[in-house]
Amino acid sequence: MRVFQGIAVSPGVAIAKAMVVDDKQPKVSRRFISRANVEAELKRLADAMDLVAEQIQTSQDEVATELGDQYGAIFSAHLQMVRDEKLNESLIDSIRYRHYTAEYAVSQSFARYIQFFERVPNPFLRERAGDFRDIEQRLLNVLFGADAKRKLAAKQPSIVIAHDLTPSEMANLDRVNIRGIVTEVGGPGSHSAIVAEALELPAVVGVGSHLREIQTDTTLIIDGHQGRVIVQPDEETILRYENEVEQQRQTKIKLRGLRDLPAVTADGETITLMANIEFPHEADACIERGASGVGLYRTEFLYLGQESEPTEEDHYQVYSKVIRDMQGSPIVIRTLDLGADKIFGDGHPPEQNPFLGLRSIRLSLRNTDQFRRQLRAILRASVLGDVSVMFPLVSTLHELRQAKMLLSDLMEDLEEQSIAFNRDLKVGIMVEVPSSVIMLDRFAQEIDFISIGTNDLVQYTLAVDRNNPDVAPLYNSCDPAVLRLIQMAVDSARKGDIDVTLCGQMGGNPVYTMLLIGMGLRSLSVTPSAIPEIKQICRTVSAQKCRELATRVRDMDNAWEIKRLLRENLRQLFPDDA
Amino acid sequence: MGDESIIRKVIVPNRQGLHARPANLFVKVAMQYQSQVEITRDGLKVSGKSILDVMTLAAEHGTELTIIVTGPDAEVAANALVDVVKRFIEEDDEENEL
Repeated sequence: MRVFQGIAVSPGVAIAKAMVVDDKQPKVSRRFISRANVEAELKRLADAMDLVAEQIQTSQDEVATELGDQYGAIFSAHLQMVRDEKLNESLIDSIRYRHYTAEYAVSQSFARYIQFFERVPNPFLRERAGDFRDIEQRLLNVLFGADAKRKLAAKQPSIVIAHDLTPSEMANLDRVNIRGIVTEVGGPGSHSAIVAEALELPAVVGVGSHLREIQTDTTLIIDGHQGRVIVQPDEETILRYENEVEQQRQTKIKLRGLRDLPAVTADGETITLMANIEFPHEADACIERGASGVGLYRTEFLYLGQESEPTEEDHYQVYSKVIRDMQGSPIVIRTLDLGADKIFGDGHPPEQNPFLGLRSIRLSLRNTDQFRRQLRAILRASVLGDVSVMFPLVSTLHELRQAKMLLSDLMEDLEEQSIAFNRDLKVGIMVEVPSSVIMLDRFAQEIDFISIGTNDLVQYTLAVDRNNPDVAPLYNSCDPAVLRLIQMAVDSARKGDIDVTLCGQMGGNPVYTMLLIGMGLRSLSVTPSAIPEIKQICRTVSAQKCRELATRVRDMDNAWEIKRLLRENLRQLFPDDA
Repeated sequence: MGDESIIRKVIVPNRQGLHARPANLFVKVAMQYQSQVEITRDGLKVSGKSILDVMTLAAEHGTELTIIVTGPDAEVAANALVDVVKRFIEEDDEENEL
C-alpha cells in the first residue's frame, strides 16, 4: 500500500481500478542542431513561446469566466513566467551557443527550476515545481506538435490517472465508468479541478510526478476530502473507505430527501431555488438536487470546445436536450456571453480592457449572423418547454431594443416559414452593470424579468478587474455600494412588476443567503451542488429575521464588518457546523 | 542624484510565502519602474524583475527580504514594492474566502 498526497479539489471517495492515461510525455533526448539551423530553431522556439502564452491566456480567461474570481490569477503568473527575460535568455543561449534543439533547451532549463523547487522544504512552495512542469509540458507539447485532444472512455469503473487533463478532455469524460480524477499537476484553479467539481467527481490534483509508478488496473482509492490517493490499499483501508462510500450514499439519500421538500422559510415565505448550468448533462444534477428550473443556462461552452462556429442546429440540439431533461421546469437561456477575443476567425485585435470592450450582448449585436442563429434556435426550442431568453451585460435601453427587434424579425421569418415557436417567449436581461440598475424602471416596461449577475456587478460597480492581481483584493461582494445596487434592483423590479432572480456566486454562498432573503429576493439561481445547503438555510431561518439582518447591514459601511456579521449569523444558525 | 540605492527590509507577511501569484504581483510592480530592482535573502541576490528569480528565493512566511532599488525612480519604486509585499496578506485572505 502506498499513499500519495495531493490537493483535494473535489470532494467524495471512490474505490476503483486505475486507468493510466498515456501522458505522452515526450522523451527529450540530448540532440544538437547544426550551426546553419540555429536561426530556424530560435524561430521555432519563439513561435512555441508565443503559442503557449496564448494558450495560457485562454486558460486564464476561461477560468475567470467560469469561476469569476482570482482563480485566473495563477495563469497570470504562468504568463509572466513564459515571458520571463531570464528564462528566454537562457533558452536562446542554449540554442545559439550550445546548439541544443529547442526541446532539449527547454527541458534543460526547466529541469533546473523543477529540481530546485522539488527540494524546497516548505510544502507549499515545493508545489511550485508543478507550475514549472505545467509550462514545460505545454512548451514541449507545442514543440513536438502533440495532439492536445484525447478521448477518455473506460470499460470498468475507473479512476483516471494523468499528468494533466485539458478542459475538453474533462468535458468528454465517460460519465458512467469514470469515478475519480488524479492528476500530477494543477491546483484548485486548474481546469480539471473546476470541471471535476461541476461533474461531482472526486478529484485530487498536484500529486507530483509519482503517477508513472501506478499501473493500469491497480486498485486505487481516491479520497477527495483529504486529497489522498491510496495505491493497492490493504483490506483494512478498503473496509474503512467502503464504509465512507456507504456514508456518502446515505448523505446523498438525505439530500435527496431534502430534494422534494420546498425551500420555505420558517414563517412561510417560499424561495425558488434554480440552477446555473453550462453543460447539457448538468440537467441531471439539477433534477437530482431538486432545482425548480434552470435560472441560468450559459451557452458559451458550445463555442469554446469547438473548432468552427456552431450552427443553428447545434444550438437547437443542445437546447432541446436540456429542455427534455428538465421535464417541464422553466429554463432561462442566456445568449452568448463572450468577449471578442474568444470568437474564432473574427480577426479582431486583442483589446486593452476586454471587460469594458466588445463582449457579450455588444458582440452579439455586432456579429448578428451568429446572434440570429442562436436566437432562431432558442425560438424553435421555445415550443418544447418553458423557455425564456436572457441577454447578458445589457447596459442601455438601446441595446435591449436592438436585441428585441432582431428577435421579432426572426419571429416573423419563422411564421412565414410555418415553423413553430412560442410567440410569448419571455425576455429578460442580466443586470450586471450599474447603468441597468439605475435605468431599471424603464427597462421593466420592456422586459419580463431580470437576473442580477453579481460577479460582474461587483466588478463594474467597484471598477475592479478581477483578473488584475494588482487590484483583485478590492473586489468584494460585501461592499455596501454593491449591496445598495442589489437592493435598488430588487426594489425597481418589484415596483415594475417583473420577476427578479439573483444568479452569480453570491447566490450560492451560504454566507449571503439570509441577507439576500432579507433584501427581498425570493428567487436564487446557483450551482446545482449548492442547492441542498442553501435550501437547508432557507428552511431554517425566518424571513423576518433575515429582514432584521438586512436592516442592520444597511447601516454598516465597512465590507469586512458586514462579512463578519453575516458569517456570525450563519454560525448561530448552524452551531454544529462551525 | 538618481543613482543611489534605496534599501528596504521587509518580512514576508503571508502564510503561504512568496509563491507564484505574489511573485507575479511583485514583478509586475517592479517592471513599472526604470530602476534596477534586486532582492537579497540570506546572501542570495536575484533580480526583482524576473518572476523565476523571485520565486527561487523560496521565501516562506516570516522570511526577511532586502529590496535594493537603484536608479532614477528608486525612492517611489522602493515604496511601491514594500507596499506590494504587504498586500500579499490580502492575497491569502481572498483565497480563504473561496
